[in-house]
This record gives sequence, structure tokens and C-alpha cells, in this order.
Amino acid sequence: MKTISRASRRDFLKIAGTTAGGLFIGFNWFSCDSPKVEVLSTEEILAQAKSFNAYLSISPTGDVVIYSPNPELGQNIKTSFPMVVAEELDADWEKVRVVQANLDTEKYDRQLTGGSGAMPHSWERLRKAGATAKYVLVAAAAKTWNVPAEEITVEKGIISHKGSGKSGHFGEFVTEAANISAPEEVILKDKKDFNIIGTPVKNVDAKEMYTGKPLFGLDFYREGMKQAMVQRAPFGMKIKSVDDAAARAVSGITDVVTFGTSVAVVGDSTWPLMKAKKLLKVEYEPDGTVESSADHDRIFADLMASGKSEVRRKDGNVDAAFKTAAKVVSAEYQCPFLAHSPMEPENFFAHVQGDKCELIGPTQTPDRARQSAAQILGIPAENISVEITRLGGGFGRRLRADYVEEAVHISKAIDAPVKVTWNREDELTGGAYRPAVRYRFEAALNESGEMIAYKLRGVGMNAGNTTRENNFPSGAVDNVLIESVNYESSITTNAWRAPITNFLAYAEQSFLDEVALEAGKDPVEFRLELLNRAKSNPVGELGYDVDRMIGVVKMAAEKSNWGKDPNVKQGFSVYFSHRSYVAQVANIEMQSGTPVLKKITAVTDCGMVVNPTGANHQVRGGIVDGMGHAMYTNLTFENGLPKQKNFDSYRLIRMKEVPEIETHFLDSGFNPTGLGEPALPPTGGAIANAIFSATGRRLRSQPFIEQKEFSDIKLEIRRA
Amino acid sequence: MANYNLKINGKSHNVDVEDDTPLLWVLRDHLGMVGTKFSCGIAQCGACTVHLDGKATFSCVTPISSVGNSEVTTIEGLSEKGDHPVQKAWEEVDVAQCGYCQAGQIMTAAAFLEQNPSPSMEEIDNAMNRNICRCGTYHKIREAVALAAKSK
Repeated sequence: MKTISRASRRDFLKIAGTTAGGLFIGFNWFSCDSPKVEVLSTEEILAQAKSFNAYLSISPTGDVVIYSPNPELGQNIKTSFPMVVAEELDADWEKVRVVQANLDTEKYDRQLTGGSGAMPHSWERLRKAGATAKYVLVAAAAKTWNVPAEEITVEKGIISHKGSGKSGHFGEFVTEAANISAPEEVILKDKKDFNIIGTPVKNVDAKEMYTGKPLFGLDFYREGMKQAMVQRAPFGMKIKSVDDAAARAVSGITDVVTFGTSVAVVGDSTWPLMKAKKLLKVEYEPDGTVESSADHDRIFADLMASGKSEVRRKDGNVDAAFKTAAKVVSAEYQCPFLAHSPMEPENFFAHVQGDKCELIGPTQTPDRARQSAAQILGIPAENISVEITRLGGGFGRRLRADYVEEAVHISKAIDAPVKVTWNREDELTGGAYRPAVRYRFEAALNESGEMIAYKLRGVGMNAGNTTRENNFPSGAVDNVLIESVNYESSITTNAWRAPITNFLAYAEQSFLDEVALEAGKDPVEFRLELLNRAKSNPVGELGYDVDRMIGVVKMAAEKSNWGKDPNVKQGFSVYFSHRSYVAQVANIEMQSGTPVLKKITAVTDCGMVVNPTGANHQVRGGIVDGMGHAMYTNLTFENGLPKQKNFDSYRLIRMKEVPEIETHFLDSGFNPTGLGEPALPPTGGAIANAIFSATGRRLRSQPFIEQKEFSDIKLEIRRA
Repeated sequence: MANYNLKINGKSHNVDVEDDTPLLWVLRDHLGMVGTKFSCGIAQCGACTVHLDGKATFSCVTPISSVGNSEVTTIEGLSEKGDHPVQKAWEEVDVAQCGYCQAGQIMTAAAFLEQNPSPSMEEIDNAMNRNICRCGTYHKIREAVALAAKSK
């Protein structure tokens, strides 16, 4: 079906010229040995290009430059956004160059990376950007050839009129098209006519990544800039005294700057900074509570038992239902703090000059970076420019602007351009963790094994709402009580890929398996019974689409051969998060008494798949991420500092620890939703349930390898 | 401070640095070759992998004073046009997500395939286990190494 779309003024502000400065990130589509005649650089193309809207410029040579506004951290937005624009433009993808746009709140909405929200937010506006440009190009051709626009067709950047036999590439009409106003309404393509969307388009930065070109924030250098590293206070501490004599004595150190609870060493290159930082003698004193993991254990136990709570959802009467129950099932689950540990450590460049400031680096929230800098400097945000580099991972860490703020403080103090670099120890001790959370679940079953009541109580450390109260199984149970308790810890937390659900999904899906077992029901049948109940006779508000969840459950059971092979012990899990639905099945095979985790099958409903390669990446990557942290990773505290300070003790999943992952996508006909997060939450539950199925051991705490129930299982992981 | 003459990617480079400066920071801070990445600094993740006389080496823990006359190869010099079989395989398979670790992965894979031109899948897993990819592109890395081995 064709869609008529109304253009909003904001998105189609015509921009006078196109300027791009600093670290220029483009991609040359023509390989060096290609026979093509002349290969222009992206800068050369832009110098002669006409701007059609915030997303698009086209040069007289027919080359198309598409700006991608949202930060790219591996979610592949820098490839998938331009695909959508190019699709509606009917561009030749081979003639498209992609440029990362700088922060521009006039031109772009929601220029951030978080919540898997970019694609659902921008789908329509990207399509309109392409479609309006095509409209004016076609109108220009119609005028030039004196033929009706309706008779003109466009394919791969070539505009043709069959009747007159005339044709030409986009570039021939850009000058004329620039004089034609963009229409208020445009007709969008029928989805069945898509020839870029839905095809496996390769990463636009591939060549540069694989040949070592500067792309990332840490790769940014400018003549004359200083470099800096920062020593931060443990959580709950402040500076008592600083002795920087030894640090200053290191050759190559030019300055030591103290601000807030931080001390920065400044110099001309990184290695002297690393040495000098170790030589800083900073004495700290308590400023609030200084916490250790033992304190957290006690606080969790107290708050779990206390009457204190915030009621998030209440349906029916749980107390009455539990009194009539034939069976009650209850269990507690816990998860540790985690660091984000993107491979590229935090870093940012700042140059404060009077009432102006230039910021360059990896950030998920460029506008927040700008606002923070404006506040520190007491200058208007408009005086601050933000250039977004490629991000070497983010996982939520770069939603925070703390490392940007450090660069601003230091640049101001030393009156020079500076790049702040964190090392891995800084990253693991620097805060903004995934919060530690514990849950208590209780379920009441009647004589026929139906769940008549469900209680969830979550306690979190700076976690906000630890629940997703309107998510499954809410809506499927008559009596529900969902409560959350927050503890204000001195340990700072932040969104971590699939916030809350990255752990809640595991706990809930494992607990539902415990309930299914007590009810004497197959785990898939048990979930389907609940979903059918939510569909036919829903209780209260539902935050999910029951049919879409049923869809992935059924398809995952089918694709994984659920319950068909007695030699394969399986674990099921399904979760809705960030607008997408993902069901997963983990397979463990017993091989001479040893459980071998061989495969995870995933079925995803994210609506239409924009780029199958990217979608596969996000699902497999999300599963590897979910599995790695569920299995191996822990972050514990002693006197306000994490004990795990680098990858020797903070264990991340490696090549030999990943099973086969089979991915399927359910085409539900909906518009695309994001995939940066939704595949992660179900994984821990699928694996825990498969381990139970194979060994009878229920893993109620992460990481699994540190649990005594796991210690003698000797789980192996093998592909094929 | 001492003066070092280094052979990097077939060219000679002179730097004045402290003896204990890791090769990684000489490359990045002093020679402007930023393809070799910093991530853990303690030889745990492999993002900083370069070749020393063809052998995959963690440049973050390799003091410049220990390099001597060894031939250093970095991602920038693995091939002239970015067409080393491993780089081509990485493009073909479309391996990267964030891409930050991939230069190190490619250098590990290239050195490994020199030693073992037709590896089994298990040997590939063992060789690549020294590099961490936080995005979890391990399946694609494995596929690309196998493809490079075949196309060599």
C-alpha cells in the first residue's frame, strides 16, 4: 500500500550550504582497482552538491551524500538509516556516500542512541526525506523535458521518460530541482517495491575499519592538543589532600589539575600520563556512605523483608488468592552490578575558548554532552559544537557525559585543547554501572495448575523501577501485585543495554519455568495458556501485543524442534522489550554424562527487517552479550571501589564460549522497530532453563559460574 | 629519553621516547598510526595486536626498548590496498559491529593463517580466543577466518 506522508517543516528546513569540518568520516564506495573513471572524495562531492534537506545532498555528478544523524556504536544505524533514505529516493546505492552528521538540534530530532528507538522514531521521516527529494528531481526533469511528471520513472538514480526516450541521472537535474519547493505531501513507495530495504547491505565504514583509518574518538588528534588522564575518588569519598610532586616530576607532564573529586594529569602523550597517574598521592575521606558488597547483601535482605515499597501494579486480591491456593511457588533471584566495558575506553576532546567550546568524540547523547558543557562553562549551548565520531561500543555507558565534562573542566583550566582518555581501570572503577537488583517471585496455583496469583517484589540499588509491571505475565493472571523498592547507593548507576530487562527477563522466565514444573505443564504450553488467557480475557492494562508474543513463542517452538528429541535438553524463554518480541530456545546435549550447550535458536519479531545482515548481527550479538554476562561476569565492591579492575578479573565472554546461534525473523507486517537491545534479555533465562532441564540445577543468581549449584556441572560449550 | 629507529610496515621511523613506552603508544601518539587500538593495556583483549617479525604481539605491553630490529607490521601496513585475504574476507562476511576490536582481530587472524594455512574450525576458535569482541561478532570472525583460509 502506498502511504501519503505529510512533511514537517522541521525536517525539511532547506539548508543553505553544507559544511563539515574536523574529523571527516566518509566512505569511498569505489575500490582502488575499480575501472571507474573519476572517483571524487566525499568533500569534493559536497563542495558542489545541492542540499535537498537535512539528510540529503546530491552533486551534479549524480553522487548522493546522505547524512546519518544518530551516533553509530555498532547497532549499524549509519548503514540502515541511509538505506531508508536511498530507498525512497530510488538512488543507486553504489553512488551513495554516508556522512555522520554533527549535533544539530535544528535539523534533527532525537539525535541520540538509546532505547533501541532510532529506527521506529525516524522510519517515516527518513522515507519522507528520500521521497521529497525524488519528487523535486522528477518535477525538474518533467519541466526540462516538458513532459508530465506522472509519466516519469526513477530507477537506481536514473530518471527516465519512456514516451520521449529521454533519461538522465540525478545530477543533471539538481540545479533545476533546487528551485522547486518540496511538496507538503509525498507518496511513499509500496513496501513490495523496496529494493534496498530488506537486502543485506554492507557496513558503510567497513573499508576504513579494516585498514586502520581514524574513525573513533580515541583516534582523534589535533596539532598542539594536550592529553589528560583523571584519578577519581572512590564512591562515597572526597579528596582530603593531593600530593602531586612525583606525578609532576614525570617527563612529559605539563600540569596537574584538581576539580571536584577528581585530579587530572596533563601532558603531551599517553604513556607519561599513565605513569604519572600512578604516582599521584591522593588521600580521601568519607563523604556519605562508603559501601562494600557485604553491605549490599545486608541492605538487600533488609529491604526485601521490609514493608516499604512502591506498588507498581495491583490486580484483584493477591492475599485472598494465595489463601485458596493449592500450591505456592516462590523463589529469589539476584544480579550483580556490571560495568559496560565498551572496547573503546571513554575519551573526549574539548577546546574551550572564551565563551565558545568545541567538543569531539564518542557520545550516545551529543545534546546532553553539549548541555553539560554549557552548564559548566556558563555559556549558551548554541556556542558549543559537538562532532560525533564513531563509537567503539556504548552499551549505555556513553549516555552519560561525565567524561565529556572532565575534558571541558581541564580545557578550561589549562586554556588549551585537550583529549581526556580513560584506561580500562578507569572504565571499570568509574561508575555508571548496571544496578544490582534482587527479586522475590511468588505464584499461587489452583487444583488444575492454573496461575491464579502472581507477586513480584524487586529491590534495586539506584535502579529506579526494578519491574516492568505491564509486561507479561501481567494481563494473564487475575491477581497480581508488583512492587519495587529503591536503595540510594553511593555507587552510581546508569542504563545498561536493555535496562532492567537485561536481568528481569532472566529471573522472570526462569521463575515461570519453576511454576510450570510445579503445575505439571510443559514450559511452552504453560506460557501459551497464559498468553491465550491474556488474549481472550485480559486483566488490566497490557504493555505488549499478545498476538505478536504468541507468534514468536510458536515459531521458536517449531524452529527449535521443541520437545521432540529426548537427547536434547531444552530451555525456553520469551521477552518483549523495546517494541520487539524475541523467543529463544537453548539446547544442551548430554555427551557421556557431560552437558554440552550447543545451540541457541532465536525468533524475533521486530517488524520489517531493514538490513538482514545488521539484524542478524544485533540478535546474535545480543545473545552473546546476554550469555556472557549471565555466565561469567561479576563486579563486587570493597570500600567504595570495585575489586575487578581489568579484563583479567572482569571476565568477558570469548570465542570458545559461544554456541551456535540460529536466527529467524517473523514478518508480522509492522514497521521496523529497533534491535540494539531486545535479543539480550531472553538469553539468560533460556540457558538457565536448559541447564535445569539437563541437570536439575536451578540457577537463581548471576554469574552462573560463581554459583555452588553450577560448580560440579562441568558445562561445556561447543559449536557443531 | 632515547632515540629508536623502528622498521614499521617496510619503512624506517625515528622516535625519541622513554625506554618503557609501549609500542602501542609510540604508534598512536608519536607516529600517528591509530589503527592499532588501546583497550585493556594488560595483554588481555588483543585490540592492540600487531605483528613483530610476523608473530601476533600485544603492542600494549611491548616496551619500545624490546623491539630492536624486528619488523613491525600494523593494520595500516598489512596490505597496500586493504586487500589482504583476511581483510577481504572481513569485508565479504561483513564482520564488524562497532568495529573497534576488528583491526586486532584481523592481525591475529593474519598471523595465525601464515602459521596454519588450512586450519580446522577448532583451531580457528583456539587462535581467536585471545581477542575479545564486546559486541559478540565471534560467529562472523570465525566465518571470515575460514573464508580467508579458503581463498588464500
